[in-house]
Amino acid sequence: MSMSKPRLGRGLVALVAVALVVTACSSGASPAPATQAPAESQAAATQAPAESQAALGATTIRSNEHEPVPAASVKAMVDYCTAKTGVTAPVAITNHNDFQDQFNTFMQGTPEDIVKWFTGERLRFPARNGLLTPIDDVWQTIAANYTEGMAKASQGDDGMKYAVPIVSYPWVVLYRKSLFAEKGYTVPKTWDEFVALAQKMQADGLIPLAFGDKDGWPAMGTFDILNMRLNGNKFHLDLLAGNEKWTDPKVQAVFKKWAELLTYAQPDPLGRTWQEAAQAWANNKAAMYFLGTFASQQVAPENLDDVDFFPFPTLGTEWDSEMGIDAPVDAWILSKAPKNLPAAEAMLACFATPEAQLAFLGKDQSQIPAAKVTDTSAFTPQQMKMAEIIGASGGVAQFLDRDTRSDFAGAQGMQTLLQDFIKNPSQDLAAYTAKIQGVYDSLPPQ
Amino acid sequence: MTSDVSGSAAPTPSGVGAAAASKQKGRSLLLTRRDKWILALLLGIPAFVHIFLVWVPTFASIVLSFTSWNGIGGLDRIKFVGIDNYRVLVTTYPPFWPAIQHNLIWLGVFMLIATPVGIFFAVLLDKEIRGTRFYQGALYLPVVLSLAIIGFIAQLFLSTDQGLINGVLASLGVKPVDWLGNSSLNLWAVLIFASWRQVGYVMILYLAGLKGVDPTLREAAKVDGATETQTFFRVVFPVMRPINIVVLVITVIESLRAFDLAFIINRGLNGLELLSVLVTNNIIGEASRIGFGSAIAVVLLVVAVGPIIVYLSRTLREEAR
Repeated sequence: MSMSKPRLGRGLVALVAVALVVTACSSGASPAPATQAPAESQAAATQAPAESQAALGATTIRSNEHEPVPAASVKAMVDYCTAKTGVTAPVAITNHNDFQDQFNTFMQGTPEDIVKWFTGERLRFPARNGLLTPIDDVWQTIAANYTEGMAKASQGDDGMKYAVPIVSYPWVVLYRKSLFAEKGYTVPKTWDEFVALAQKMQADGLIPLAFGDKDGWPAMGTFDILNMRLNGNKFHLDLLAGNEKWTDPKVQAVFKKWAELLTYAQPDPLGRTWQEAAQAWANNKAAMYFLGTFASQQVAPENLDDVDFFPFPTLGTEWDSEMGIDAPVDAWILSKAPKNLPAAEAMLACFATPEAQLAFLGKDQSQIPAAKVTDTSAFTPQQMKMAEIIGASGGVAQFLDRDTRSDFAGAQGMQTLLQDFIKNPSQDLAAYTAKIQGVYDSLPPQ
Repeated sequence: MTSDVSGSAAPTPSGVGAAAASKQKGRSLLLTRRDKWILALLLGIPAFVHIFLVWVPTFASIVLSFTSWNGIGGLDRIKFVGIDNYRVLVTTYPPFWPAIQHNLIWLGVFMLIATPVGIFFAVLLDKEIRGTRFYQGALYLPVVLSLAIIGFIAQLFLSTDQGLINGVLASLGVKPVDWLGNSSLNLWAVLIFASWRQVGYVMILYLAGLKGVDPTLREAAKVDGATETQTFFRVVFPVMRPINIVVLVITVIESLRAFDLAFIINRGLNGLELLSVLVTNNIIGEASRIGFGSAIAVVLLVVAVGPIIVYLSRTLREEAR
C-alpha cells in the first residue's frame, strides 16, 4: 500500500503534464477571467429611499470601470439613483479590456441585469444576436433628455432602443495654452494654417503633433477625422457599414492626406502607447495631440487648467461646414433576461437624467453628460467647449471600432492594416486599399 | 472511491502467492477478477480524462475549423463552409504568413542559440566551479518569473521614450531606437528576453541530467585519453539521450506556444504576430470568429505535432533495431 500511493500520484502528474503540453500546443493560452466579486454599494445599505418606490426591490449591475476614478464615478451615479428610486444595486466590476474580450460569452451566461457598454455597431451586434432586452418603454419617458443623434446611436437594426447613453467626449486637437502663448502660436482653422503652424513648430524644435499607435486603435481616430473632413460623415459611416468600397479613390485620398500629416507627427509611433505620446505632449516636447479629450488624464493635476483644444482643421472641401467628428458614447444596456425588470428599468431611467450623469462625472472634466444639460453652471470651461464642439457638428460618428463590425476593426483587421500604412505611408495606395477591401470581403456574412 | 483504489491497488497476499506459484504460466492467469477491475479503473480514469480534456477538444477544433460561427446562440447556428477558412487564411488574412515566419524564427533561435547556450552553462556549472550555486540561481531566476512579468521588464528596458536602453543611448548622444515599434527589430528584441528565460530552463534540466551520469564513464574516457570535448560529445551526450529528447521537445513546444511576451507588449501586432496570439484574438476576443480561429489552431497543432512525431518515430525505430 505504501508503494502504490506515490506511484498513483506520479502517474497522475505525468498525465496532467501530457495533457498540459498537448493543450498548450493546440490552444495557445487562455487568459483567466479577472472578475471581482460584486461589492455591495454602501449607500444602498445606509441611505433610505427618498421616494416611495421601495417596492421595486433590487437589481444588479456589471461595470467595466476597474480603475479607481471611473469606478468611483459609477458608484456615485448608482448611489444617486438608489436615493432617487429606492432601487438597490450591487455593482460587480470586470477589468475593461477583459470585459471587452469576454463580452459575447459573458452576455450569453448569467449576466447582471444592467451592463456597461457602448453605442454604434458595437451595440447593434449584440442586439441583432438577441443578447439584449429592448427598452423602448424606458425611452418613452427619457427621450426628451436626449438629442436625436443620441437616440439614433442607442438604436438596434430593428429600430428599437437598446441603450441609455451617459457620457460622451470629442476627438480634438489638444494643446497647452501656456506653450501657445509663449511661442505666439494661434489656433489653426484651416489645413493651410495648420501646416504653416506645424512648420513653425518644427523650426522651434518642437514636434508639432504627438502620435502613438502601439495599442493599434489610436490611429483609427486620425483615419476617421480625415475621412469625414474629405468625404463627409455619411460616406464615412457607409464605408464602415460595408455599403461603400475601400477601393473607392475617395479612400485613397484620405491616406494621401494622412501621409502628408505624418510628416508633422511624432516619429516611430508604433512603439509608443497613447499614454507615452500624451506624456510627450503634456511635457511640451510635442505642441499638439490629436486624441479624445481623455488625453488630459496624463497631464499633472496642477496643469489641467492649462489644457485647451480645438476641432481638427477644415480641409477645404464641401464638408467643411459639416464639421464631422468622432464623439464616442458610453452607455448602459439591459441584458437578455433581467431578474427584476421593473427595478432595472427604473434604474436605467434614472441613469438617463442629467443629474445622475453629473453625479457620475463628479470631478472628471474630460467628458460631458450624454443627456441635454440645461444648467451648465457646474461645467468647467473645457466641458463647455466639448459640448459646444459636439453640438456644432453636423455629423457625429462614434469611432472606427464602434462604427464597424468588431472582427474587422480588431487586431486581425484594421489595427494591423493601419499600422501597415503608418509603417510605409508611401506604398501603392491602390494595392493597399484593395488589401483592406479583401479583408472585409473575407469576413463571414453577419 | 479513493480509499478503495489505494487500498486494493497493493497486491493482495493471495495474488503474490499465486504469482510465485505460477511463474511459468501465461500472464493473464496472474490477474484475479478483482485485479482486472482495478486495472480497468486505473487505466480507465486517466484514459477518460485524457480523451475528454485532450482528444475531444482537439477533434472539436478540427471540426470547427471547417465552419463559420460567432460563438453566439446554439450549435444549430454553426455553418459549414468547407475549406473557406483555410483559403482565407493563406490568401487574405494579413497576419498569417508573418506569424508563421515569426514562429519559425522563434524556433530557430531557441534551437540554435538558447538551448545550446543553456546546455553549455549546465556543463560549465557541472564542473563545480567556485560560486556554482550563485550562478545557478542567477541563471534560473528568469524561469521563476512569469512571462507576463518578463514582458513588463522588457518594456521597461526597450520603450522608446521612457525605456532604460534609450535613456542610456540618449545620454551618449545617440538617437533613440524604436525597439518595440520597428517591425524588423522588435521580434529580435523580444527574442533576447525569451532566450534569457529559455537558457535558464534548459540549464536546470540539463544540469539535473548531468548529475545522473555515472562518473565512472568519464573516468574511463579519461583513462582512454579523451579530451574534455571528446568526453562530452562522444560519451556524456549520447548517454543523456532521454534528457536530450525532453529538452528537444520542450524547446519545440516553448517556441510554438510563445504567446505571453508578444501579447503583453503589443497584443501581437506589428512584427510580433504569432500563431498563438492569432488564435486568441480570433476566438477569445470580441470578434468571436470561432471557426476561423480554430483553423489557425489546427495549423499550429500540425506544426507542433508534425516534427515531434517524425522525431519520436525515428528514435523509436532506431531503438528497436
